[in-house]
Amino acid sequence: MNLTLKVWRQQDTKSSGKFVSYPVQGVTPDMSFLEMLDLLNENLQAKGEAPVAFDHDCREGICGMCGFLINGVAHGGHRGTTVCQLSMRFFKDGDSLTLEPWRAKAFPVLRDLAVDRSAFDRIIQAGGFITAPTGVAPDARAILVPKEDADRAMDAAACIGCGACVAACPNAAAMLFTAAKITHLNSLPQGQPQRDQRTVDMTEAMSNELFGSCTNHGECEAVCPKKIPIEFIGRMNRDLIHATLHHHGK
Amino acid sequence: MLDSKIPSGPIEEKWERSRFEMKLVNPANRRKHTVIIVGSGLAGASAAASLGQQGYNVHCFCFQDSPRRAHSIAAQGGINAAKNYRNDGDSIHRLFYDTVKGGDFRSREANVFRLAQISVNIIDQCVAQGVPFAREYGGLLDTRSFGGVQVSRTFYARGQTGQQLLLGAYQALEEQIATGSVKMHTRSEMLDLVIVNGKARGVVTRNLLTGAIESFSADVVVLATGGYGNVFYLSTNAKGCNTTAIWRAHRRGAYFGNPCFTQIHPTCIPVSNENQSKLTLMSESLRNDGRVWVPKKKGDTRPPTQIQEDERDYYLEQRYPSFGNLVPRDVASRNAKEVCDDGRGVGPGGMGVYLDFADAIRRMGESVVREKYGNLFDMYEEITGENAYKSPMRIYPAVHYTMGGLWVDYQLMSTIPGLFVAGEANFSDHGANRLGASALMQGLADGYFILPYTIPNYIASNSLEKVDTSHPAFATVKEDVNKRIAKLIGIQGKRTVDSFHKELGKLIWENCGMARSADGLRSNLQKIPALREEFWNNLRIIGTGEELNQSLEKAGRVADFLELGELMCLDALEREESCGGHFRVESQTPDGEALRNDERFSFVSAWEWKGEGDQWELHQEPLTFEHVHLAQRSYK
Repeated sequence: MNLTLKVWRQQDTKSSGKFVSYPVQGVTPDMSFLEMLDLLNENLQAKGEAPVAFDHDCREGICGMCGFLINGVAHGGHRGTTVCQLSMRFFKDGDSLTLEPWRAKAFPVLRDLAVDRSAFDRIIQAGGFITAPTGVAPDARAILVPKEDADRAMDAAACIGCGACVAACPNAAAMLFTAAKITHLNSLPQGQPQRDQRTVDMTEAMSNELFGSCTNHGECEAVCPKKIPIEFIGRMNRDLIHATLHHHGK
Repeated sequence: MLDSKIPSGPIEEKWERSRFEMKLVNPANRRKHTVIIVGSGLAGASAAASLGQQGYNVHCFCFQDSPRRAHSIAAQGGINAAKNYRNDGDSIHRLFYDTVKGGDFRSREANVFRLAQISVNIIDQCVAQGVPFAREYGGLLDTRSFGGVQVSRTFYARGQTGQQLLLGAYQALEEQIATGSVKMHTRSEMLDLVIVNGKARGVVTRNLLTGAIESFSADVVVLATGGYGNVFYLSTNAKGCNTTAIWRAHRRGAYFGNPCFTQIHPTCIPVSNENQSKLTLMSESLRNDGRVWVPKKKGDTRPPTQIQEDERDYYLEQRYPSFGNLVPRDVASRNAKEVCDDGRGVGPGGMGVYLDFADAIRRMGESVVREKYGNLFDMYEEITGENAYKSPMRIYPAVHYTMGGLWVDYQLMSTIPGLFVAGEANFSDHGANRLGASALMQGLADGYFILPYTIPNYIASNSLEKVDTSHPAFATVKEDVNKRIAKLIGIQGKRTVDSFHKELGKLIWENCGMARSADGLRSNLQKIPALREEFWNNLRIIGTGEELNQSLEKAGRVADFLELGELMCLDALEREESCGGHFRVESQTPDGEALRNDERFSFVSAWEWKGEGDQWELHQEPLTFEHVHLAQRSYK
């Protein structure tokens, strides 16, 4: 099949960008979306033009490195799929596709489709961990975790930190990302000692990074490649109220 | 002669004794010592976090935008530990035995025993960090079986065990970054090693956003940069995985151990198109419940559901009744290749075999199968568009892991003093074949529990003069790096990096893949240098070195693969025996199994770089087996 891509081209963070149209020919349905972009890049380079920069690594939907908007939808809108796993069989001959980077103040564009997501790392630094220095652990069987809690922790921990939730949110909120980590750690017995501090510190870090707040649009859950439910934001808010009222009234 | 520095005494006491004998660094002095860690996967992140906790001044580097992206994240199935929670006969000794045997007697007994001992601490550590391992209804940890063993010792977090273990280490690392003990350098690629007075004292890196070439000095350098499976172009590795860090260190004097020992994983989604950029693994855990088969008749193109039970060849169950579908990876892969070469493969091109869950669904119900493997079935459907609950998956072997890597001693130090190598980047522990769920175990053993002892011991036992980046050695290496980048950009030929990479990958896959012959290897030893020559004369990179330039990044990596590929073939040619994943067609048993030659080849090959255009020199580390009886591996 033949496609037309309108791709956001931007040299670096300081430069302004623009859309540039490229035809791509000979796309087959068994290619992945990024393989289609590889094809575009091979053609661009053959013509002496700079290839389109985009972040990617594992190409199996787990590292969280890839992601951009396809026709305005994060990861292309195929439920539960990152753009690296998006198959070209969902597109048809003659399609015109607009590709642009995540749009959020907290995620500056680095070049073309690649953005800076280091704000996510800083949210984790604020409290997204359980302090357990190497070597002090009791036997793993000493800590019993009810299956329901372990399953919820795993559902939340499945987040790959790709940033689609932020890109999809009209407020560019990072609440689904933050809530997923808080739900993972706060659901486990090991996470209880730091529960309140973690919740307060991580939500504060989130606000400091120029992310907006949740106003219940639900766009984040709709595009999340790991189907993290918005319910976790409710849990985070409940934990935050608890922490603020009972321990850390500021 | 290579000194592996294996401590004397009974194998059970070697690690305990050497830990006691190791020198310590006073807590107040630790922050005066800098440790550079390149790589932020399981080995790198766990080492960086642990050394940061101890009080060292740590610099950690990764080429991705965050340490959480490292490719350990993609490991699916699980992590082994000799906990014997199942009361099914497991023990440290049995994990040790299984690993040495699984590696086809080409690993070091002492290292493997230590790995088995440490395995139990890893699970404890990870649970304490909040890794959400699968639980049973009583709240206890669940386990499952994996290939090559008969006990249930694999702990898992759905099909995302690597992700959860990495996030545990990543979170511990971020905690240290917040305290200031670790400085993280993301989007930074190590391009060379700096040696001062014979010791590793720093690295030269490229900032991938700005192109700035930067130097960093340290007392110790750790390479935890993963494996080199991408030399095959198509592999299950992430696109960025590369050999550059270890290859540059090799060129600076670190010996390369067993480069030809690569693992071809049996359960991957078959190649479907010419433009394919990577292969996707389906966790080996699927073989617990899935049955592998092909039609008995050659060229049978009927849909699998129309092929009756008596027309199917469950070749693994037939040939290996005691292990069945759970034979080790090398055996499963080789058998898949054989039935496909015999014309009985399925799917487009006939390069595939079925992995069938119909029996498991009948036995346990679809909901239980979904609970255990749901995400893998989803992934399969996303990629192939086929529903594996309704018809069997199609799988074919793909390059997955490299057992070879930089040679290290028992302390995980390379032949360059002060240069330590951890995780998949080193050669240790897995011999000629790695058992499933052992990579995560080894990465975390190295990072959490071995380096935090052996690095302080090195610092305390050596008088390390103060060296900073103003030392002339740094300027020299920096210039080498700059020259090389200028050279790559200056070629201005006609071909893209990927076209060279694909051509190299095909050569290695065909002649140094699942079956290797002297003729094929000799032909590669002609073709690879010729391809390298063309690369350096006909490559075209668009853009400059002073910007984000992904083609330039790839070019540097492919240039190193073009050298490593030659060494792999040379190593495979020299080793005139079959062992584990290294199958020389000239050396097989009458029924087609790998035939070792212990008299001639019971050693680790450690290759020394002798300079551009010169041959490598082979050094041997003899392997002796005092605890596991040398035997022809049998899974029948």
